[in-house]
Amino acid sequence: MARDVVITGIGLASSLGEGIEAHAQALAAGATPVVDTQGFAPYPLHPLKPLELDKQIPKKSDQRQMEPWQRLGVYAAGLALDDAGLKDDAEAKSQLQVIVAAGGGERDHAVDAAVLTGLRNANQPGAFLNERLMGDLRPTLFLAQLSNLLAGNIAIVHGITGASRTLMGEEQAGVDAIRTARARIAAGQADVILVGGAYNAERRDMLLLFELGGFLRAGDFAPVFARSDAPGMITGSAGAFLVLESAERAAARGARAHARLSHAGAHRSRRQPGSVAKALDELLAGFGPLGPDALAISAATGCAEITDEEAAAIAKAAPGARRVAAGDLVGHTVEAAFPISVALAAAALSTGAANEAIVTGAAHWRGEGAAHLVKA
Amino acid sequence: MGASHRDSQGRPIVAVTGLGIVTSLGQGKDANWEALTAGRSGIHRIERFPTDGLRTTIAATVDFLFDGSFAAPELSEKLATLAAEEAVAQSGLGEIGDFPGELFMAVPPVEMEWPQKQELAQAVEGETDYDALLRVAARHKHQAMHELFLFGGVAEHIAEKFGTKGSPISLSTACSSGATAIQMGVEAIRRGETEAALCIGTDGSVHAEALIRFSLLSALSTQNDPPAGAAKPFSKNRDGFVMGEGAGALVLEDYDHALARGATILGVVAGCGERGDGFHRTRSSPDGKPAILAMQDALADAGLTPDDVDYINAHGTSTPENDKMEAMSCSAVFGERMASLPISSNKSMLGHTLTAAGAVEAVISLLTIANGRIPPTINYNTPDPAIALDVIPNEARDAKVRTVLSNSFGFGGQNTCLVLTAGPSAA
Repeated sequence: MARDVVITGIGLASSLGEGIEAHAQALAAGATPVVDTQGFAPYPLHPLKPLELDKQIPKKSDQRQMEPWQRLGVYAAGLALDDAGLKDDAEAKSQLQVIVAAGGGERDHAVDAAVLTGLRNANQPGAFLNERLMGDLRPTLFLAQLSNLLAGNIAIVHGITGASRTLMGEEQAGVDAIRTARARIAAGQADVILVGGAYNAERRDMLLLFELGGFLRAGDFAPVFARSDAPGMITGSAGAFLVLESAERAAARGARAHARLSHAGAHRSRRQPGSVAKALDELLAGFGPLGPDALAISAATGCAEITDEEAAAIAKAAPGARRVAAGDLVGHTVEAAFPISVALAAAALSTGAANEAIVTGAAHWRGEGAAHLVKA
Repeated sequence: MGASHRDSQGRPIVAVTGLGIVTSLGQGKDANWEALTAGRSGIHRIERFPTDGLRTTIAATVDFLFDGSFAAPELSEKLATLAAEEAVAQSGLGEIGDFPGELFMAVPPVEMEWPQKQELAQAVEGETDYDALLRVAARHKHQAMHELFLFGGVAEHIAEKFGTKGSPISLSTACSSGATAIQMGVEAIRRGETEAALCIGTDGSVHAEALIRFSLLSALSTQNDPPAGAAKPFSKNRDGFVMGEGAGALVLEDYDHALARGATILGVVAGCGERGDGFHRTRSSPDGKPAILAMQDALADAGLTPDDVDYINAHGTSTPENDKMEAMSCSAVFGERMASLPISSNKSMLGHTLTAAGAVEAVISLLTIANGRIPPTINYNTPDPAIALDVIPNEARDAKVRTVLSNSFGFGGQNTCLVLTAGPSAA
């Protein structure tokens, strides 16, 4: 009874540039990563290649009301809609459901620094904090920080009147966004869904959160699967959106399907040695036999132990597969990490670079996910 | 096993077999129901943090769970735990720590809070910018802060505690999040992915910066005195919402699964409707179209018509704009009948529990069905002639209620409506 789900739109923007071609080329050629080791030293990261925002967000007033992660996501969503041929289809945009994997908006670092410095010598810290926040916070900042306002801005900028849902929870939000989008279409609960996420790595508040837990690599760049000298994440700014559609609907409108998303699954357990490998083994085993020339795209973080377990699971399920870490191309993009890995796999199938692909991802703290793509 | 039951569209019926609630009015269904039907307000002066210099100094915070200080995710988790314990215990489903179903949680967005930043700043000499905080963080002596401020932390802890199955969902659709958590549970059961779902909306995030942010958007009531009079949904002198805290939890279950184990069916989630609104970041479409369509979608999903609805549990925030838009949209859906169809707002007493509201109000809607009594809209002393409604003014009313439409509308163009009905056995 389950319906086939195909990918009819891919929207990508990252340190490598934008669009399917730029990313498919980098994937095929193993491009040299674009890494900034100075701007946020000692933490290297993959900075976004500047976008011509006007191309996807025509109104300056819209651009001003968004944070960088929102602009990036709205931009990538627009690319996916363009690619799917849905941007000007008002009927489709009234049916289109949106699922976004999102974190939150950026702090005003200057305000925070001034308040923290001032709080030290404040006689009445509570009153001081209130006074400064009432005076210094931009009223629109809150809206730019709400997680669901990436979806809200996608709706406003691209004129989507279907409903949106925002999933949170770091990497696993991206896994569950793809998983539930696929499941809803397969079950006939939706016909067409725009799904994806965006992450702005160029912000110290997020580096702070991850460094508190000891999850960042400091120093120079090293490939995701070769970081045992100093394990940890090298984050990257990127946005990735996909248009998922029932195969019938895509065929009826003559849309080109890049790939078929045959499986997407997720897992959770308390982490202990071996649990990531076991979870991924189980998910991958559910995909059935994989061809010897399968492509394996990994959303691995580069964090200690779990990255090795992910490598082992990939090697076990697809020993002949060419393995590519999305993090080596665009950096680790947290909520967007799984969507961008699926998007890269879809691009590879679309351009004929692969006939089949698996996608894996073990989140830096909790949760694992995997997907399987085949020729449409 | 008897014959399998299906809804009007041939899908599994989604029964409710457990309910739990915590709000500023107290812990548990009994305490809340008693207070809500007595027309008591949970809104009070804020004592959690200094309110010097703030325009709004009141909220419906939950102050009876912690002795010392806590971060918002800790209170959100505690509220969710208590509501879920009540719901799971009532359902009798599974064992403690082994709930045989998936978890769908509406959780407030999180970020590092001021006390934790100040704690890091204490170790800084000189200017306290983020580079300095990063140098402190790199000593890895504050690792617990990482987990505390992850977006997925609260749901992960609840999944661990209750032993739910699968990947736990943390979601936000702003002020309709609680309803979306229920909707996602309904969808998973209808897909046959799971026979049960634990759906929770929780929000314990009233702290100074959260309040200031809403205040800067001019969204909050500033009529601080008396606090209990501030939330005045549908009144002419309404001037904004009041922040509230709480959690609502529902155990949803495939109806046949519940019947087979002899569970008590508390009600049915018969239909869900959702629509986006691309009009504006905080304002609804002036024509109310998305809200109208969301209500109509929910009714159609339930296989019901507007005439089947006995009562509307309003979003009813007490902001000038929401209540006007909601009244207009309801009139569009229900026509002339709207003049006499009961509609009341729990937020007149609970404040706006934000992320939790849709779940909290779904729980209260099901209690309304079970008890045959509709909680009032309190503080209704100055009717707004532009929106003539039967708001159950000030005092609870006995009424036979079989079908409730529960509305939730949020910033970012989120409109989610649920149709909740009595169990089919009572038909």
